[in-house]
Amino acid sequence: MATVEHTDGTAHAAASGPGAGPENVRRRDFINIAAVSFAGVGGLTVVYPLVNQMNPSADVLALASIEVDVAQIQAGQAIKTIFRKQPLFIRNLTPQEMQAANAVPVGELRDPQTLAERTKEGKTNWLVTMGVCTHLGCVPLGVAEGENKGEYGGYFCPCHGSHYDTAARIRKGPAPKNLEVPEYSFLSDTVLKIG
Amino acid sequence: MSFPWAKQYEPKHPLMQWFDQRLPLPRLVFNSVGPGYVVPRNLNYFWNFAVLAGFMLVEQIVTGIILAMHYAPAGDIAFQSVEHIMRDVNQGWMMRYLHANGASFFFIVTYIHIFRGLYYGSYKAPRELVWMLGVVILLLMMATAFMGYVLPWGQMSFWGAKVITGLFGAIPLVGEPIQTWLLGGFAPDNAALNRFFSLHFVLPFVIAGVVILHIWALHIPGSSNPTGVDIKTPQDTVPFHPFYTAKDGFGLFLFLIFFCAVTFFLPNYLGHADNYIPANPLATPAHIVPEWYFWPFYAILRAFTVDFILSAKLWGVLAMFAAILLLFFLPWIDRSPVRSGNYRPRFKQFFWILVLDVLVLGYVGGKPAEEPYVMISQLATIYYFAHFLIILPIVSKFEKTLPLPNSIAESVLHGEKKESAPYGIQAGGNAQAVPAE
Amino acid sequence: MVRLIAILVGLGFVGVAAWSLLWGAIAYVSEPHEETAEHRFHLYPKKVSFASDGPLGHFDRQQLQRGFQVYKEVCAACHGLNLVAFRNLADLGYTEAEVKAIAAQWQIEVPSINEQTGEPATRKAIPADKFPNPYANEVAARAANNNAMPPDLSLITKARHDGPAYTYSLLTGYRDAATYRNEKGEALPAENRPGQGLYFNPYFPNLNLAMPPPITADGQVTYADGTPATRDQMAKDVSAFLTWTAEPFLENRNRTGWAVLVFLLIATVLSYMSYRNIWAGYKH
Repeated sequence: MATVEHTDGTAHAAASGPGAGPENVRRRDFINIAAVSFAGVGGLTVVYPLVNQMNPSADVLALASIEVDVAQIQAGQAIKTIFRKQPLFIRNLTPQEMQAANAVPVGELRDPQTLAERTKEGKTNWLVTMGVCTHLGCVPLGVAEGENKGEYGGYFCPCHGSHYDTAARIRKGPAPKNLEVPEYSFLSDTVLKIG
Repeated sequence: MSFPWAKQYEPKHPLMQWFDQRLPLPRLVFNSVGPGYVVPRNLNYFWNFAVLAGFMLVEQIVTGIILAMHYAPAGDIAFQSVEHIMRDVNQGWMMRYLHANGASFFFIVTYIHIFRGLYYGSYKAPRELVWMLGVVILLLMMATAFMGYVLPWGQMSFWGAKVITGLFGAIPLVGEPIQTWLLGGFAPDNAALNRFFSLHFVLPFVIAGVVILHIWALHIPGSSNPTGVDIKTPQDTVPFHPFYTAKDGFGLFLFLIFFCAVTFFLPNYLGHADNYIPANPLATPAHIVPEWYFWPFYAILRAFTVDFILSAKLWGVLAMFAAILLLFFLPWIDRSPVRSGNYRPRFKQFFWILVLDVLVLGYVGGKPAEEPYVMISQLATIYYFAHFLIILPIVSKFEKTLPLPNSIAESVLHGEKKESAPYGIQAGGNAQAVPAE
Repeated sequence: MVRLIAILVGLGFVGVAAWSLLWGAIAYVSEPHEETAEHRFHLYPKKVSFASDGPLGHFDRQQLQRGFQVYKEVCAACHGLNLVAFRNLADLGYTEAEVKAIAAQWQIEVPSINEQTGEPATRKAIPADKFPNPYANEVAARAANNNAMPPDLSLITKARHDGPAYTYSLLTGYRDAATYRNEKGEALPAENRPGQGLYFNPYFPNLNLAMPPPITADGQVTYADGTPATRDQMAKDVSAFLTWTAEPFLENRNRTGWAVLVFLLIATVLSYMSYRNIWAGYKH
């Protein structure tokens, strides 16, 4: 785009033009500055769609919230599903696991949170977390039968040895935070809306 | 650049001095599009189209890079990925419509730019290389546009690819192997789509490179002008900036009104409805036509219907390529010493016939291959070749040209000796009164 | 030298083109030029106006909902809409819950796999799904339709000249081939009468199409908003709906277009003033 910038030379040179008084110069410069500024505003506005096109498209956003039926998950079992193209763990805790989680003094945790804070009221047996280790993003083990659940019976990340407990809180290893609990709600007793 | 009266660049700010000593980029900008480039003062609005073409090249590259972020060049999903851009990508419809209509408007401004060159003799010495590089750009643009049109993988994309690569099949002996090689198969498919995408992406950057050469070659002798008379005195000229930056800025916005009105309100007017039907190798559209900017050449291709020593098909292909390639020889075909059509009465008449002739070719090129369109295209083809290859050499030899003005300033001022200094020009500088006679 | 060669080459091309012209002209004069039946009987789409026409075009949401109802009850059994997702129906003014219900109750289910066995299966659609195709593939579609392929309708109004007017004209344009007369009063030649499984419609390019008249009687659908469902109304509504499916961003496009144009007009005036200002007093 041709932008008309004023060099020092042009501004006072105009004084030698026809009928050039200080008034005239100011009016003439004003028009040029207005034209350039207005074009500049237009140019900046054009940047918006050029940038915004890289944001998630409508079909990606449409899958930003999903519904999961958890009726089939027995106590002690867990499933791995996909939420926003990342693994999501849904675990039906046994009473013993809940007890173990509640027995830990919260103050001693690296990322202090109670099981109640990480679950929904009256549904504390349903532990819904992202399956993404908070250290460097690997997928922890412990969902399927027979997988290593780590020293605290929750999840274990094999990449750098982070151990999560039955409330998916970080207990040992390099991860700084508990496994993230996404936004979710119960649509019915057995159907979860995630996101 | 090498004008004695060109302002020498002197960086004022210490930072600019520091920069200019290490990399003379400020100097280059100053001398090519800044106050350091002196331009005839009498350029008319037709000289705006070069900047418009440059703008459209940038616009096409920007929107094209964005489309490439979302497009998938595979036969089974190319069509859907384009519709994904249209429906789901944020402002994707705008990017695609700008790109599709941008191609058309790029050709509109380029064709006007070419006809301006033809009329004002811009191809004549010492600007032959400027002209020839321009023809190279035109050829690259055509290749790029053709391959780009294949990418949405609609019916016209597919059949266009098939028909145009089929042209190479007309070459004796090696024709068919060449066609198969171009497509990477026996018909357009994934292989062709992928290579067209790759080339469609890279060629615009090649065009940009040739454009730089084109401008470089232009800046050696400097811009021509409507009188065709060389610059003689500083009074003939104005600095490019702010004079032509201001004029081009106005021309650009005026042009954008037309471009945006079509893009936003008639986005499919210049396209073909059949390209919204996914490619189907088993059904040919009733009426295959390329995009409108190829219609004149398509008409020439179809004008040859009878075998004569060579097959009609080969004659058509030869004529179509010759129609463009002959432009390379134009500086030596037209040897009239007078550049501008304004002072060549005979040439001027034939020039306007040529404009009309190309419009007619374009019209019949978009029509089905039926009578009377075929006969009209044959007549128009005869004139096209006669104009460039027969009429121009003869006219340039025998034409009686009108007297030229002594200088650009004289043609502008009509003998007035004095005028006020313009905005931005210091009295006693460029606008110093020089006797006009 | 260049000029001499140019003239020779020029004479070559001119000569061969003239030779072609000569033979073409002889053929044109000697062979009687007969108009095809398609030329004589094909009609261009009727003039009909929609809210979405022109630079001020917008969608009539009530009409789109009616058109969607016609599509759902009349067209959807054979024609897909595979570029449109159920979630897009929110544009028509349906609430999130309504969209979910429409998707879940859609008569065609989405291809899927059985969670236990991995066998192909189907499941209920969700809003994020595109409209499922009515046929598994082209062969199935042809087998079910007398070897004709019902086209997907997502882009039909952009894939035909004068799209919405064309679909409207086609839907209301079925005629009896035996009694039909064109504007010159000519009857349809016997060889252009529809064959087995074909139906005469002058708005269709080759006059006979495989689709039986889909809209056959007034009141074929019962509109939720109480609009009388005449055949004309239904054809118009579904055409309006198909304009939306082809260009759902039409309103956004027009709005953006006006904003851009207003900006450009002001910018043009300002830059013109700036240009005149800079060139003031300088002849050129």
